[in-house]
Amino acid sequence: MEYGLDLEYSFNEFLKGFGLSSEIAHIIWLPLPMLLVLVAAVVGVLVTVWLERKISAAAQQRIGPEYAGALGVLQPIADGLKLLVKEDIIPAKADGVLFTAGPILVLVPVILSWLIVPFGQNLLISNVGIGIFLWIALSSIQPIGLLMSGYASNNKYSLLGGLRAAAQSISYEIPLALSVLAIVLMTNSLSTVDIVNQQSGAGILSWNIWRQPVGFIVFWICALAECERLPFDLPEAEEELVAGYQTEYAGMKFALFYLGSYINLILSALLVSILYLGGWGFPIPVELIAKFLNLPINAPFIQVFTASIGIVMTVLKAYLLVFIAILLRWTTPRVRIDQLLDLGWKFLLPISLANLLITAGLKLAFPQFFGG
Amino acid sequence: MSIAITTQFICFTVLSLVVIIGALGVVLLESIVYSAFLLGGVFMSVAGLYLLLNASFVAAAQVLVYVGAVNVLIIFAIMLVNKKEDLKPIDDIKSRRVISTSICLTLLSLLIRVDLTNVWSLSSPQNSIGEESTIRIGEHLFSDYLLPFEVASVLLLMAMIGAIVLARRDVMSKDISTGLPVDQELIEKSSEPLLTNKN
Repeated sequence: MEYGLDLEYSFNEFLKGFGLSSEIAHIIWLPLPMLLVLVAAVVGVLVTVWLERKISAAAQQRIGPEYAGALGVLQPIADGLKLLVKEDIIPAKADGVLFTAGPILVLVPVILSWLIVPFGQNLLISNVGIGIFLWIALSSIQPIGLLMSGYASNNKYSLLGGLRAAAQSISYEIPLALSVLAIVLMTNSLSTVDIVNQQSGAGILSWNIWRQPVGFIVFWICALAECERLPFDLPEAEEELVAGYQTEYAGMKFALFYLGSYINLILSALLVSILYLGGWGFPIPVELIAKFLNLPINAPFIQVFTASIGIVMTVLKAYLLVFIAILLRWTTPRVRIDQLLDLGWKFLLPISLANLLITAGLKLAFPQFFGG
Repeated sequence: MSIAITTQFICFTVLSLVVIIGALGVVLLESIVYSAFLLGGVFMSVAGLYLLLNASFVAAAQVLVYVGAVNVLIIFAIMLVNKKEDLKPIDDIKSRRVISTSICLTLLSLLIRVDLTNVWSLSSPQNSIGEESTIRIGEHLFSDYLLPFEVASVLLLMAMIGAIVLARRDVMSKDISTGLPVDQELIEKSSEPLLTNKN
């Protein structure tokens, strides 16, 4: 590792100091980042739920939660505890096995996708070579879980909700993948770390959003549709389908859906910030600031400082996008299912294809700006 | 045995068991919905086997195409036409079963023969490319495998056009099987007016 903090190496060296073999040190190390990311994801959900309640209240000129902790910050924990102790009901005519497996299949791929989210040069679980492609592949498993729970509930609203969810996520996956492909074309790599590094040249000016404005918008719309957020929350449209595939669920199984949808929202926001907004990069490159202040870039103190700035920047950008998503949810009406599919197939798909072709052409014409 | 090899062995055993038992379940289970979901599990485990072979790109493509697209479409189709009705009993079911079993056994013996005659051990394990495989696959697809790649896409295009022709009934004026003129009304259109005319 030529640059940046490498916690794994230091941790392994530390354990080897106690006379452990490198294999045992590796095994002790392995669960740590996974646990950390899991905790980060759950805390992120709590924060997002609180934000959702507060922002929706503000949008509707209410106060929102205010008694549970200061400004109601403990409200999401109260919500979670309530769901945890509620009775676990499986309807009599439902298919028990599929009914239980559905929510798990929805949640697990979302959490697995956090594998590739980088918070810094070495601050990610695994810098796998297929990087962003892993996320696209994993997010395509989710509709099976939705169809499964919709079918197993033995309820027409659930089945319709599940079918809608599957149709929606199949249609929006294609423009999503095409807009990611344009970024990959510019980066020459699928790895999320490389994608961020490619944007780190000139701070805010070199972020992909300036080179891929169309891709950014297409990706954001598709990500919202994949998360089933309003204006695309057709699968659980209350007025038509009660609650879609979640209708028969209660207690912890419902909480799994709830967690899954919010973790997915945060994940999408993180990925937008990684793909288009420079990931962990500060608007002005940290190296420039260090050089300006005459500080050695490889000093441990500067390294820790840079890593913290990286984490703060990633989270800040992601939560800015989450804020926009929440505002969108509480200010826009829902689209109809035919409008949704028309938008996906007749508008976003051609646009993202054209975007990909234009990116390829620009890459040939201006290799210095669009990645050589 | 080192920890890495043990882990690999355990993963391989579990994945192989899931593939075999799942595939048997796909064929033998009565409920078509269970078969479809098990098929997804089999596809996932095959992707896991690819991962064990260091072919991460192929594994991800397997998940994306087979689980995310093919299997979802199969389940989707099953649920759209999910009528609870008993299928008509087939008269010569026994002879059909005998024929299909013998064909499957022939294929199995062919595979076993391939397994026994082929030399599986690599000349040098250092030749495995691991993470670089994505680049190599891309290079091959655009050089020596370009023709098969393009032919496959033409095949998919043909399948797609065929599906559209079948789905859009106004393309054909006569029903293929009966020869009667096709009812070109929309399926969704209600046969009785929903709102009474008030003019």
